Amino acid sequence: MKYAVIVFPGSNCDVDMYHAIKDALGEEVEYVSHTEEDLSEYDGILLPGGFSYGDYLRSGAIARFADAMSGVMKAAEEGKPILGVCNGFQVLLESGLLPGAMKRNRDLKFICRPVELKVENNETMFTSEYEKGEVITIPIAHGEGNYECDDETLKKLEDNNQIVFRYHGENPNGSKGDIAGIINERGNVLGMMPHPERAVDEILGNTDGLKLFQSILKNWRESHVYTS
Amino acid sequence: MYKVKVYVTLKAGVLDPQGKAVKGALHSMDYKEVQDVTIGKYMELMIEKTEDIEQKVEEMCHRLLANPVIEDYRYEIEEVVPQ
Repeated sequence: MKYAVIVFPGSNCDVDMYHAIKDALGEEVEYVSHTEEDLSEYDGILLPGGFSYGDYLRSGAIARFADAMSGVMKAAEEGKPILGVCNGFQVLLESGLLPGAMKRNRDLKFICRPVELKVENNETMFTSEYEKGEVITIPIAHGEGNYECDDETLKKLEDNNQIVFRYHGENPNGSKGDIAGIINERGNVLGMMPHPERAVDEILGNTDGLKLFQSILKNWRESHVYTS
Repeated sequence: MYKVKVYVTLKAGVLDPQGKAVKGALHSMDYKEVQDVTIGKYMELMIEKTEDIEQKVEEMCHRLLANPVIEDYRYEIEEVVPQ
């Protein structure tokens, strides 16, 4: 399976994401510039964390108009897996691929620490290797992860089982419904604030993020004939 | 030329963490009469003379300058003589 890590000016978790795919998962991955419109050669698209375009105006607001985003929109329509982490999630929200928006954290602080997440939905192509209700530990690192949407949208997310991860125990940032990660209706676009790519190495003491990448790969393999 | 002033604020009902913190600070300075503080953004755009200026500014606000999911916006368009 061949992945693209989209690199915007100001992305800073692109290397971590690349490392997770290349070394922890053992699959093919390339850095792809924000100027590249054609993403057709990739089977999965990863939008990394960071501060694209300095987070000017709003997080992700300018990145959503980058050339590469037309390729991302097309890949989303084709049903390819798209994962946006942290700033990548913010870009997905701004682009309208996922509903809602992000506000400054409730306590106005940048929070960088491991948090507990509950896997609310394990019937997605991103979470099938987890157990339903499993509590995992994944690091967060953001100043704007306070998810906001109207009540109607929240109800729809809940009714459709689109809330994939919720913060477990304490809600670190004031996020509505304790939301840490949501998926689109079709089930191929996942956005999450926590960083699974930072939890894939035994030597760093936490591999809870690895199953997310393994889920994507397993589900892709099940629906594709291996030709190489 | 047009000088366009754009004001972006969080929608009513959306809790504003910055506004809340500033209100708390004002209260601690003994300005107890402060009922509410909303923090927003102010932008100035200089725009060449063009047709449909209203519609274009509206579009700019809706598509980029504000996020209609959580923000409201308003703008003032003023015709100015270029320097």
